Amino acid sequence: MSAEPRPRRAALFVTCIVDQMYPQIGLAAAALLRSQGVDVHVPRGLTCCSQMAFNAGFRDEARAVAGRTIEVLRGQGDVVMPSGSCCAMIHHLYHELFHGTRHQDAAEELIGRTYELTEYLVDVLGVADVGARYNGRITYHDACHGLRFLGLQGQARTLLDHVDGAEVVALPGCDECCGFGGLFAVKQHAISEAMLDRKLTGVASANAELLVTGDASCMTQIAGGLSRAGSRTRARHIAEVLANMVDAR
Amino acid sequence: MTTQVLSFYDRVEDALHNQSLQTALGRATTRFIANRTSAFDALTDADTLRDQARAVRAKALARLDELLVQLSDNVEARGGHVCWAEDGAAARRYILDLAQARGVKLIVKSKSMASEEIHLNDALESAGIEVAETDLGEYIIQLAGETPSHIIAPAIHKTREQIGALFEQHLGMPHTDDVATMTQAARKALRQRFLRAEMGISGVNFGIADQGAITLVTNEGNGRLTTTVPRIHVAVMGIERVVESLDDLSVLLQVLARSASGQKLSVYTTMVSGPAREGEPDGPEEFHLILLDNGRSNILGSEYAEALMCIRSRACLHVCPVYQSIGGHAYGGVYSGPIGAVLTPLLEPDLPDVHKLPQASSLCGACQEACPVRIAIPDMLLRLRADSVAAGKADAIERIAMDGWRVTMNNPAFYRLSGRLASLGTRLIAQKGRIGWLPPPLNAWTNTRDFPAFAEKSFTTLWEEQQRDAQNGAKGDR
Repeated sequence: MSAEPRPRRAALFVTCIVDQMYPQIGLAAAALLRSQGVDVHVPRGLTCCSQMAFNAGFRDEARAVAGRTIEVLRGQGDVVMPSGSCCAMIHHLYHELFHGTRHQDAAEELIGRTYELTEYLVDVLGVADVGARYNGRITYHDACHGLRFLGLQGQARTLLDHVDGAEVVALPGCDECCGFGGLFAVKQHAISEAMLDRKLTGVASANAELLVTGDASCMTQIAGGLSRAGSRTRARHIAEVLANMVDAR
Repeated sequence: MTTQVLSFYDRVEDALHNQSLQTALGRATTRFIANRTSAFDALTDADTLRDQARAVRAKALARLDELLVQLSDNVEARGGHVCWAEDGAAARRYILDLAQARGVKLIVKSKSMASEEIHLNDALESAGIEVAETDLGEYIIQLAGETPSHIIAPAIHKTREQIGALFEQHLGMPHTDDVATMTQAARKALRQRFLRAEMGISGVNFGIADQGAITLVTNEGNGRLTTTVPRIHVAVMGIERVVESLDDLSVLLQVLARSASGQKLSVYTTMVSGPAREGEPDGPEEFHLILLDNGRSNILGSEYAEALMCIRSRACLHVCPVYQSIGGHAYGGVYSGPIGAVLTPLLEPDLPDVHKLPQASSLCGACQEACPVRIAIPDMLLRLRADSVAAGKADAIERIAMDGWRVTMNNPAFYRLSGRLASLGTRLIAQKGRIGWLPPPLNAWTNTRDFPAFAEKSFTTLWEEQQRDAQNGAKGDR
């Protein structure tokens, strides 16, 4: 038997969208990590992973911002992000973005210690039950980048299955894209809307109180469709559910 | 062609409002996805098989020059002819010259994307030669005067009711939407043409270098008739479609049929090894293999080389939520879907609006997940977007926005200030935290979706307040 494990220290990188639009998700993620004994800190001056510019093809601009993000996160230990998409940007695309640049080694080093929130909870900390409670039906949408570029699928379900009082129902087409896709949602809005329509059909048939997902961006797309349609289903980030903060906003 | 005069945006709108297209797409893609999934689920180790298939393709591309020479030598040794066509014009000229020299009046074709790519039918028809497509789907769209909307199921955009109407009009039969009856009618009409045609033109699924042979997979048997009944057989093959050996071929055939249609193997797998030899009762008198480059060697030497691994399975099309929404024609090129959004800008860079195709993706990654050889399609779409920006094709407004974004994100103080302004502005126009209307171009969002107001205080601010309170609390406790 070893002694009490050393508390882990983790930097929380909430992403720009959570910082500006959904601060409760960031607070929920921090509370959740702390409740598991993690010493959470937020490095000063964090802004953005630069995915939006990278995906739009503006690589010089993306490199400038992401290079700065790498600097801010240097020496900060584990980095945890409440976003599969932004985490996948670092994991999957920083290789290409920084290949052959002065940040190449630092990028690789950062990738090795960057985690998506549910991945960190389940795979690193080994937690399944975070002590959350929710009375009602929950359905879960697999955000694409976490699912396909980070291979996350079971982690969120493990955590949700342990939410006391919650009935977790399968979302038909849970692994199909909601149609957000960053600027795609605006530049190709007609296609994006058609994709959202299919997603909303699935959500309607799941007939849950909460549509839960791991990305604030997909949540914005789905929530925008739900509220326009006058649906009773609310869209929430998984951190909000797990930190008992569903009604915090 | 009308589909290419319209802007990409207009083609998308047309597709989204075409009710029969939407019905047909919904039916077909659902069925294809289910079939493909169960075909791979039935394998004990599908992942290993796909890894092997990828390795076979990678090896072939790495040794492409060698393998093509070997293929060509072996085809000639078996009495066939080989044409190395640098581009579509060279391929068209060779085939047209050949047809005219042999007095060909009717050509039967089995489905070939490569011949679509070089607009072969137009060239032959304008020289007065009749060209009959013999793949059922191709036959249907030829009757309709359209172009294929799908790599393998060219008439996927048509409902059986529409096809019934076409057959009534062109084959003089009473209207029916019974598939078996329509298939019989097409078969009867096509059989006459097989017997009359002097030349058969096919595509090539794979060329087998060490055999000097080509393989065709079909489900209708029309490939077999096209390559054996007419006196002359011409096969058009993109140069990347070569494999080293029969062993390599067997790996690809296993993933191809499963990915394409959910079959273990296509109904007909035909191996063609040149003209009939002395004493052989069947087979053409002449065999010509066209090795079509048409931009492929440029791709091979670029960061898009992986796109040449494509074995035209169509798996990426069916699973793509964009393709599911708009079908194939909206892409405007010969190849549609995610792989088309990569290949078309590379193969046909002069098509209008072609640089917009890589934008037609939410980057969800379903294509790469379904691809039998795991082509990293999203990564290539991203590179194509970067190329397009580097070539100065980005909209002015986007360029300005990205400049502003870079400056903002690189300056935390300015970032916080901008956030505060956005918060003020959005909360001013929001009702109950929701924004139902934004001015152009942001109305592209709000036309159908609400947008949330920015938070009153950012996470950064709230976090700092929390930390301060905690510190003060700790001091107070002391």
